[in-house]
Amino acid sequence: MMVELGHFALVLALLLSVAQASLPLYGAARRHLGLMEVGRGAALASFVLVALAFAVLINAYVTSDFSVANVVENSHTDKPLLYKITGVWGNHEGSMVLWVFILTLFGAAVAWFGDNLPPELRARVLAVQGMIGTGFLLFILFTSNPFLRVLPAPANGQGLNPVLQDPGLAFHPPFLYLGYVGFSVAFSFAVAALIEGRVDAAWARWVRPWTLAAWCALTIGIAMGSWWAYYTLGWGGWWFWDPVENASLMPWLAGTALLHTAIVVEKRDTLKSWTILLAIVTFSLSLVGTFLVRSGVLTSVHAFAVDPTRGTFILLLLLVAIGGPLTLYAVRAPALKGGGLFAPLSREGALVLNNLLLACAVATVFLGTLYPLFLDAVGGPKVSVGYPFFNRTFVPLMVPLLLAVAVGPLMAWKRGDLLGALQRMWAAFAVVLVVVVGGLYATKGGPVLAVLGFGLAAWVAMGALTEWAERVRLFRAPPGETLRRVVNLPRSAYGMTIAHLGVAVAVAGFAASAFETESIQTMRAGDTIPIAGFSLEFTGVEPVQGANFNADRGSFLLRRDGALVAELHPERRFFPLHQQTTAKTAIHTNFLADFYLALGDPDGKGGWAVRAYWKPLVPWIWIGAVMMALGGLMSLSDRRWRVGAAARARRAPPVAAPAE
Amino acid sequence: MRRALFLLPVALFLVLAAYFGLALTSGRDPHELPSAMIDKPAPAFTLAGLDGTPGLARASLGGQVAIVNFFASWCIPCRIEHPLLMRLSETLSVPVYGIAYKDRPEDAQQFLAQLGDPYGRVGLDESGRVGIDFGVYGVPETYVIDKAGRIRLRHVGPLTAEAVSNELAPLVKMLGRS
Repeated sequence: MMVELGHFALVLALLLSVAQASLPLYGAARRHLGLMEVGRGAALASFVLVALAFAVLINAYVTSDFSVANVVENSHTDKPLLYKITGVWGNHEGSMVLWVFILTLFGAAVAWFGDNLPPELRARVLAVQGMIGTGFLLFILFTSNPFLRVLPAPANGQGLNPVLQDPGLAFHPPFLYLGYVGFSVAFSFAVAALIEGRVDAAWARWVRPWTLAAWCALTIGIAMGSWWAYYTLGWGGWWFWDPVENASLMPWLAGTALLHTAIVVEKRDTLKSWTILLAIVTFSLSLVGTFLVRSGVLTSVHAFAVDPTRGTFILLLLLVAIGGPLTLYAVRAPALKGGGLFAPLSREGALVLNNLLLACAVATVFLGTLYPLFLDAVGGPKVSVGYPFFNRTFVPLMVPLLLAVAVGPLMAWKRGDLLGALQRMWAAFAVVLVVVVGGLYATKGGPVLAVLGFGLAAWVAMGALTEWAERVRLFRAPPGETLRRVVNLPRSAYGMTIAHLGVAVAVAGFAASAFETESIQTMRAGDTIPIAGFSLEFTGVEPVQGANFNADRGSFLLRRDGALVAELHPERRFFPLHQQTTAKTAIHTNFLADFYLALGDPDGKGGWAVRAYWKPLVPWIWIGAVMMALGGLMSLSDRRWRVGAAARARRAPPVAAPAE
Repeated sequence: MRRALFLLPVALFLVLAAYFGLALTSGRDPHELPSAMIDKPAPAFTLAGLDGTPGLARASLGGQVAIVNFFASWCIPCRIEHPLLMRLSETLSVPVYGIAYKDRPEDAQQFLAQLGDPYGRVGLDESGRVGIDFGVYGVPETYVIDKAGRIRLRHVGPLTAEAVSNELAPLVKMLGRS
């Protein structure tokens, strides 16, 4: 009964979405306020309905209702409660419900917080959101219904893939979807602007916080995914250029470009049609990513079950959702009037360079990801494009971008002074020189490129700090004035500084991977191996019983100069239900380096395969990503975005007087 | 000229969509690893049967065209394809053999009692060893064996009405004639 209620709520949400997609649009064209306002109610109501359906599905998982096919296929009574819940989005149907849930959440947020938007714009934005919702609800109901029953109900389910039973992965999809789907708001704003034929500074000011929020979530989502891959797959890698990883990287790169170009629209009223295009492309890349993962046209470890009907449906959806706006763009964009002119060497120019390089990076990743598909479609051989291609194409694009990141913020709007900016970066030059020369001396014939990578990281960090120092007039003004400036600097300025510092930290983490050491060998209890100045002693393996797995738990003592540094317990877990073995790695970190240990297979003669790695600075990759997201959130909390907040507070109903 | 530039995004997208369409409709499955066993003799095996019935062995194959289906009581897609197998065993004039993959005998027995038994013979592959020899990737999987005992078709995943009418049935008819 409950399950049918969820099913019914989805159908009702679909009908409301159809209303949301059509009536406000007509109302906006006719300037009929009542019809325009339908959008807000419909957006809020469909959010409530989809939330209900989602809650029903979660309930079916928690109570192990095996009359629901989706629960049977992805859950099991022995599974810990956390993974019963996260199993909801560990499969195609459930994750689509989460997708639509987040979509309607954003739609409801626009309706709720959109008081300061002109009614026409708000109505059109909500209508476009409604169209996306309609498409995806149709998709769920017709091809991927999670509420289908199986009768008679099996006694137990098949359980979730053991690899997915991990706290790190549990919250990776929700963040990723918050990012992907969050870009739908920028997309809807872009389409609404094209319909209206008007883009101005106010438009950019409304779009930026939504884009920023989505970008922060996507940054966290990607970082979580890569961190998960790092500590569960047992080989110490954190990025594999897998098609699905690339599918998340492309919207991130495009979203990064969009964040920066929206600043130009807001401040300088120019680059409008490019910004509109980027907003459309960013969300389109999210949609294409969804298509690639779910249609089975590409091979990937992440891919969901293959179903040609689903693929066809999503392709049709893509044709409408991407082809439509791009056609509208071709018709309407030429009429958008450009604003202020600027010299190539200026803040705008630097942001154009940023966009150009990021767009090339997107194109590169896109080509690398889809090349096997293109080749296969014309009857070529099956190939896969991996590390070598991306390292040779993507990295060279990032180098000039990072060089420019440091200088760009120091340039003035309209006409900048590159030479002057570089002169003001004397401290950065000095630090980079010390890092590179010192690094080359210290590593003596080591990897030169990695040392240059450290230099690049130092350059970016110093650029961000120089810009901050200039703003607060560090050492130029009296300390009192500097302090006052430190306090009064807008949060968006701090946001930029923190995010750019995060980039520097992450780049240092990437570069340091050249210095890692590994030792893979068979060890017996009592053996000791030396690695990177440590000694690692293997004291034995004991069996451990988990909730739904049996494990071999290894015990290792890590020593440096005879002193105990850490006790490590990597496990090799066997899930009988799936006949599958996973690695539970043991990582000792001091945030400057990780000691990474994975227990492999026994050789049957008392020996165990042991993989030990010493990875300097690897935690910085994720620390950097978190800093980028924090910078974004900091900027998001700037009061500038809350223009109209005061008006909303005034209209709030008065607090009821306490009873006597 | 300037207008043409604005048309570029949608034009590029349409080319891309055409490729996606092509990839979808080509019927090629990138997941399907080309089977190394195609046109090779089926591997040797001898499996016990269910509850006293004769089991299944390599010797049961050959001499006539046969269909071998790997299934398990714990596999939901197997339940989905089951009605198709029932229909196949009635309409095609060739035997359909079942191999219960990594399944307990009583579960397999109950599965067939509940949903009907389309199989001429059933072999129990509790360890999954025969599955490995066939190169089974997951259940269900279906193989067509010709008169000489060679594997001629491998179908990964549940059979669909489409796959049966386009591939399996024509092949079985063709092999039956030769």
